[in-house]
Amino acid sequence: MARIIVVTSGKGGVGKTTTSAAIAMGLAKKGHKTAVIDFDVGLRNLDLIMGCERRVVYDFVNVINGEASLNQALIRDKNCNLLYILPASQTRDKDALSQEGVGKILEDLSKDFKYIVCDSPAGIEKGAHLAMYFADDAFVVTNPEVSSVRDSDRMLGILASKSRRAEQNQEPIREYLLLSRYSPDRVKLGEMLSVDDVQEILSLHLLGVIPESKSVLNASNSGIPVILDEKSDAGQAYVDIVARYLGEDKPHRFIDGKKGLFAKLFGGR
Amino acid sequence: MSLLDYFRISKASSASLAKERLQILVAHERSSRNQPSYLPELQKELLEVIRKYVNVGQEAISVNFEQDDNQETLELNIVLPDYHAKTP
Ligand SMILES: Nc1ncnc2c1ncn2[C@@H]1O[C@H](COP(=O)(O)OP(=O)(O)OP(=O)(O)O)[C@@H](O)[C@H]1O
Ligand SMILES: [Mg+2]
Repeated sequence: MARIIVVTSGKGGVGKTTTSAAIAMGLAKKGHKTAVIDFDVGLRNLDLIMGCERRVVYDFVNVINGEASLNQALIRDKNCNLLYILPASQTRDKDALSQEGVGKILEDLSKDFKYIVCDSPAGIEKGAHLAMYFADDAFVVTNPEVSSVRDSDRMLGILASKSRRAEQNQEPIREYLLLSRYSPDRVKLGEMLSVDDVQEILSLHLLGVIPESKSVLNASNSGIPVILDEKSDAGQAYVDIVARYLGEDKPHRFIDGKKGLFAKLFGGR
Repeated sequence: MSLLDYFRISKASSASLAKERLQILVAHERSSRNQPSYLPELQKELLEVIRKYVNVGQEAISVNFEQDDNQETLELNIVLPDYHAKTP
């Protein structure tokens, strides 16, 4: 049985697709067969971030409609042979995804994969609903900014009441906070909500902080998930996040910003 | 106090202001999320019944649902109009 992870946020543009690509790659690199699904029907983008846009033949909706088999639609990643991508359809038909259709695909994938990462679209419409409905775990991507925090809380309400686990009275979805685009320097200046602030407001388990980083744009320019850029801060942040998710004990980093001389002398990394 | 310090302090309040606003908003939205779905209907029907006896407006009545660890309470508040405004 696979574990289904939804990467969600409510608010748009906070880093869901960046995160989905990174953690899917991270899980696969750790030896777990992983599929990552783009739920953003009409606005396919995961293929670009994963660098497989030219290999898309069939998509999610083709599989739901029986126009292609799962095996035909899944694209094997060029960097890691345990990672597969299921691209979103570019159709403008909002009802292209159905709950039964999505459920069936996830069930089929579950037989063969260890992790299924669902990249949710923004908003709380159908695509976002279906992305989270079958989830076991939710990675709530939040930026340290008022509207993102509020929308994350909204998402938490939806996860707790509108998911399959909620409807069937099963153990609730495990929710994790991924605080992204964090700038410790701005936090120090009092310009930005701190990790503690956001955690206090949302009362969520913190899986990791991803710093605001130029490496993310570099990675998307070249179509290689940022987690493979091992020298970059954002890449390392995602490596840590995957490790923590898998139960490894990793102290949090990127919360205090660039290490000063003091920290360097006294055993920072 | 240097000019720099001044900006530090005024900016320090921008994040804390954000936090304060969010705490209030999130608490409010969470409590309304947990409200039973029959609440608006209940409020409407209660208003109809009360209006049979007293002439009150929509805003004179409030129904609050509260939840703590071991109990849920429904609090009904009706503000009666002045004596003169009473209907026969
Ligand atoms: N840690 C980061 N540092 C700097 N830029 C980032 C970071 N994370 C994401 N971005 C940038 O933010 C933008 C939005 O990222 P992304 O597409 O992952 O968000 P999204 O939540 O999937 O958006 P949408 O809601 O539209 O699907 C991109 O331009 C990306 O490069
Ligand atoms: Mg996206």
